[in-house]
Amino acid sequence: MSRSDVLVSADWVQDHLDDPKVVVVEVDEDTAAYDKNHIRNAVRIDWKKDLQDPVRRDFVDQAGFEALLSAKGIANDDTVVLYGGNNNWFASYAFWYFKLYGHGDVKLLDGGRKKWELDSRELVDGANVPNRAATAYKAQAQDTSIRAFRDDVVAAIGSKNLVDVRSPDEFSGRLLAPAHLPQEQSQRPGHVPSAKNIPWSKNANDDGTFKSDDELRALYEAENVDLAKDTIAYCRIGERSALTWFVLHQLLGQTNVKNYDGSWTEYGSLVGVPIELGSN
Amino acid sequence: MCGAKAGGPELAGVDVANETIIQGSVTRDGEPVNGYVRLLDASGEFTAEVPTSATGQFRFFAAPGSWTLRALVPGATVDRAVVAQQGQFTEVAITV
Repeated sequence: MSRSDVLVSADWVQDHLDDPKVVVVEVDEDTAAYDKNHIRNAVRIDWKKDLQDPVRRDFVDQAGFEALLSAKGIANDDTVVLYGGNNNWFASYAFWYFKLYGHGDVKLLDGGRKKWELDSRELVDGANVPNRAATAYKAQAQDTSIRAFRDDVVAAIGSKNLVDVRSPDEFSGRLLAPAHLPQEQSQRPGHVPSAKNIPWSKNANDDGTFKSDDELRALYEAENVDLAKDTIAYCRIGERSALTWFVLHQLLGQTNVKNYDGSWTEYGSLVGVPIELGSN
Repeated sequence: MCGAKAGGPELAGVDVANETIIQGSVTRDGEPVNGYVRLLDASGEFTAEVPTSATGQFRFFAAPGSWTLRALVPGATVDRAVVAQQGQFTEVAITV
């Protein structure tokens, strides 16, 4: 696996907009962004309505994922290219999710919607929705080698790498949520003891594209993350840490990396677990 | 929704007393610019980013202290230093 297998440039996407075996998918935190405008021929996946169980806090199950992709007109042998706003936070989350259910060929648009917009590339009106014939998509059972649960995190304290990818103020306990959202969420602020604070933003350039493999490797070495050890990444709800998972697992080829999608909204509400306050 | 609006978005429904709000607009020659605004903390570390609205406006819920706003628009990047306080909203007009 290498960078070119999982990450494509805006030019590459532009050249494949009419390729019937390439499905461009927008996944945005602001799920209405697609209604305003989007990349031509892109379909939308709504990370809330489409990817979450409507009742329990969990993902849609295997059958639900099959039904979703079938309805979206995505086939097992299609190349799926994901993009979104916020430097691909939710597109990275969807990438990890597609891998969780075993999709073969899935890629991220480097820089996502922001890079596309800053390049002044074409966006079509929200009402301009492609017509893709339904498929009979078959998903795999969840690959839990890339998904961490709360007990995994508690067991990892002091032994495995825990990477907290939130902003320094969220890590130290000054803020409970990213600064563009009202302050709400977990019961307690802080971080998992022994976690290192390496904000997701250190992986990316201002325009949302990923830094080079050498820069990324140097970042984690400088922070004393021993990549030979198992690693769990977390944030607030698992989307920013999916971006760090993408960097470590997909770009740097570390197979022993999991994303904890329960993240701080779960951990920071658990009774009795250890919590640390303050900076590293 | 054409033309720039002075100041940040409407504050209706926002708990101003308990929030530390930094908001404003991004304009070029008096017209709103579609782009992004990043909020960087006192050490220059990324904290948050929002797209500007159709009227060029943006808003952050921050914490008291020193911050830098960085506007990213096609062809330009502009930084502005701000100091925010709880219970007040800090208005920043950025021209690019």
